[in-house]
Amino acid sequence: MPTVKSLDDLKKIREEALEKRKAKTTEGRAQVTVAMGTCGIAAGARDTMKAILDTIEQDNLTGILVTQTGCMGMCEKEPIVQVVVGDQEKVIYGKVNPEVARRIVEEHIVKDQIVKENVIPA
Amino acid sequence: MRELALHILDLAENAIAAGAKTIQINVTEDLARDRLRIQVIDDGSGMDAETAARVIDPFYTSRTTRKVGLGIPLLEEAAEACNGELQIDSKPGKGTTVNVEFQRSHIDRMPLGDLPETITTLVISAPEIHWIFRYQVDGNEFVFDDEPIKNELGDIPLSEPGVLAYIRSVLKEGVAEIQPDPSENVLLKN
Repeated sequence: MPTVKSLDDLKKIREEALEKRKAKTTEGRAQVTVAMGTCGIAAGARDTMKAILDTIEQDNLTGILVTQTGCMGMCEKEPIVQVVVGDQEKVIYGKVNPEVARRIVEEHIVKDQIVKENVIPA
Repeated sequence: MRELALHILDLAENAIAAGAKTIQINVTEDLARDRLRIQVIDDGSGMDAETAARVIDPFYTSRTTRKVGLGIPLLEEAAEACNGELQIDSKPGKGTTVNVEFQRSHIDRMPLGDLPETITTLVISAPEIHWIFRYQVDGNEFVFDDEPIKNELGDIPLSEPGVLAYIRSVLKEGVAEIQPDPSENVLLKN
């Protein structure tokens, strides 16, 4: 992706995104939430977030909403990531380092294969 | 925390929790006076004088999941260890400003760290907030305001790959252009 800097370039990006949206058929939306309490930040949540964003950028994935939340009360399991794909049940992952974060995007979100080793049971 | 950028992220999270609509982050490197200043300014619920004083206490926290709130006490300790200080200005109903200052060249002063990625994280994952980031090095200034970008995009989410790349490159290049010491971004390995 060439470096872009002006708002004109942003206009182009917006048009491309609108085109992509029109072309999408039944691709469901996904939401990834990274916990960003002090405990999470200290455990590396920013790098977890970075890995998720890197994967979205590098694999050119659209339709993934990335959000954050505060401390979820399981500080010893940080960094924590919650994933909701389409209408499915939410899945909460613990100890999500950048490598696990990448797998969550590429395997769970893209291919519906939950990363079982890191799931925190409900 | 091993980077000041992570403390900035922590302070910004407090501001979000306080219901802020606009959050401004100022980072100033004053080489002439050898000071490094960070300010996080929000227009959230604010605190009365008594609560603001208690924030420095590690056993005071607004969260219900745990009984400790370490973010600000640890930052204050870090500042005081570097001939600096942390100071909170707050007014209920108006908002809060956290000011923290360090002697820039102090040997114990932790690196600034990855500011562009920190700001990216906030802008992308808390899009309902108006983010303003000001980075000043002596006479040079870089300002990032996410409002023009959001106005241009309409309802296209910020996590679209093209938008993500745009935001990251604007921040990276803006900071790199005036940053005095690029090794600030890199943690020294022990």
